Amino acid sequence: MSQAEKMKQGQFTNPETPGYVGFANLPNQVHRKSVKKGFEFTLMVVGESGLGKSTLINSLFLTDLYPERVIPGAAEKIERTVQIEASTVEIEERGVKLRLTVVDTPGYGDAINSQDCFSTIISYIDDQFERYLHDESGLNRRHIVDNRVHCCFYFISPLGHGLKPLDVQFMKAIHNKVNVVPVIAKADTLTLRERERLKRRILDEIDEHGIKIYHLPDAESDEDEDFKEQTRILKTSIPFAVVGSNQQIEAKGKKVRGRLYPWGVVEVENPEHNDFLKLRTMLITHMQDLQEVTQDLHYENFRSERLKRGGRKAPEPEEMDKDMILQEKEAELRRMQEMIAKMQAQMQKHGDGEGDSPHV
Amino acid sequence: MSKPCHSGLGKSTLVNTLFKSQVSRKSTGWARDEKIPKTVEIKSVSHVIEEGGVKMKLTVVDTPGFGDLINNDNCWDPISKFINEQYEKFLKEEVNITRKKRIPDTRVHCCLYFISPTGHSLRQLDIEFMKRLSHSVNIIPVIAKADTMTIEERQDFKQRVRKELEMSGIEFYPQKEFDEDMEDKSDNDKIREAMPFAVVGSDKEYQVNGKRVLGRKTAWGIVEVENPNHCEFAQLRDFLIRSHLQDLKEVTHNIHYETYRAKRLNENGGLHPISSSDTQESNL
Repeated sequence: MSQAEKMKQGQFTNPETPGYVGFANLPNQVHRKSVKKGFEFTLMVVGESGLGKSTLINSLFLTDLYPERVIPGAAEKIERTVQIEASTVEIEERGVKLRLTVVDTPGYGDAINSQDCFSTIISYIDDQFERYLHDESGLNRRHIVDNRVHCCFYFISPLGHGLKPLDVQFMKAIHNKVNVVPVIAKADTLTLRERERLKRRILDEIDEHGIKIYHLPDAESDEDEDFKEQTRILKTSIPFAVVGSNQQIEAKGKKVRGRLYPWGVVEVENPEHNDFLKLRTMLITHMQDLQEVTQDLHYENFRSERLKRGGRKAPEPEEMDKDMILQEKEAELRRMQEMIAKMQAQMQKHGDGEGDSPHV
Repeated sequence: MSKPCHSGLGKSTLVNTLFKSQVSRKSTGWARDEKIPKTVEIKSVSHVIEEGGVKMKLTVVDTPGFGDLINNDNCWDPISKFINEQYEKFLKEEVNITRKKRIPDTRVHCCLYFISPTGHSLRQLDIEFMKRLSHSVNIIPVIAKADTMTIEERQDFKQRVRKELEMSGIEFYPQKEFDEDMEDKSDNDKIREAMPFAVVGSDKEYQVNGKRVLGRKTAWGIVEVENPNHCEFAQLRDFLIRSHLQDLKEVTHNIHYETYRAKRLNENGGLHPISSSDTQESNL
């Protein structure tokens, strides 16, 4: 609330007092309309197989997005290229509807040679932008469906010593197209010290390679202290080290979601065990911001690039300078002249009767 | 012993735990100014360890960089080459006119292949590697960092891995075809059913129930390395060192080495014995 509004509130709390116009009620109207309209959010998850992506998504949204899942064996994986699988689910909580689309990328990083595994993913992201652009420029703009990817969770393996070359390359390829949130998967593999070390390492490497991950916006100065503190804690915990589970385990007399080991129970929702709650909080409180950044930054970048190219279907491989084209033409001319000269020399030889001239 | 796998699967820690000494220097991953090598490197470190008056020269061959790159095509070639080079060295010595009394044996007796505990299945890379190398060296697949999985997940994973190994025709050690008698067969069958061993390594000690044990301390409990209810490290250690160490060497010598030797002697019309005084090329 701005100073002016605060002043008004203080002075005109009674709606009947003179001077009260009533547009202070505007936020409530917006709220009611948005709740009626419902919210849409598209989340993309990328990471190698077996990092617990599906379990985490199911844990985050307390649903089962993959009811009939069959995990392929290694032999079947050999023929596969990266696929894009989008599943949409409508969830409702206290009257607020959310249409959540989760875009999964099975096959990422599975092949022995993973050189090309992200071109499919990048084309998907671009396609969604393209479609939105097309709809936005169309005549009937009433029911534009927003399928743009608002956020990408990138799963990092806890088993390595930091980022792998594939991780770095992929994040660099998409950090200008989508909000990247790095997540350390299966965090129960690590002790607390190992976790801190890994987080620090990952942050260093992200810095070193110039990867732009999604940054939480600072809390406004007029927010309450709790919220500011929460934002501060969230910011220092990136990348989040999470554990997912949908099984209920009995621990300390109550039922918690967790993983049962012979040496103890890892509780998913215990902030001392892992950052799951932080990740969920971040996603929920910043869903709006993620959508805004996608709209204002990534989509606008895409749009200006696209419009600069001016309606050509696919981007040209290189923007050829006029000079370069001239140079190429000259080179071609020279080549043809050389060929003609050779042929002439050949004919000369023939004419002199040198016998069988070798076929050049 | 050689041990290929992606970095961070706990190879060095496990080897140190197995031999209860610092035989393997832990790498902290790629230092900032180190570049990730373009090909797989082979790093070999030897130690002499002693126990109860028995001395053993243990050589640990590490393969940093294996499986770490984006394009891992043929990343098994440097490893295959290394193994064959050791056979070649031994062969040259054996074929010599004046042979040393004890030929220095640098051949790889056992290859511990670390499988990543994804819980799903083997990776393509795993299958390709093991297919190609199971005929030149004894491969023992090991599931690394097993504290990632619960007991049920572990059993499921092991079963799936065993099935995949069988379907791809990969014979890991102890190979069925080399069982000598019924006793061997029944012992080895039990071991084969339990493989691949799911292990956890650690060189730190903690106090548990009044005893000092090797383990990993987490916020929800301590994983004890030598507790058979927690992981199969003790089984792996007993199998590798206490019962089958000699057999590993014998199979390497009698079978893998002989296969290599037969192949070598059949090509190029055989190997010419070299006398030790005749080593300069210019003499020929």
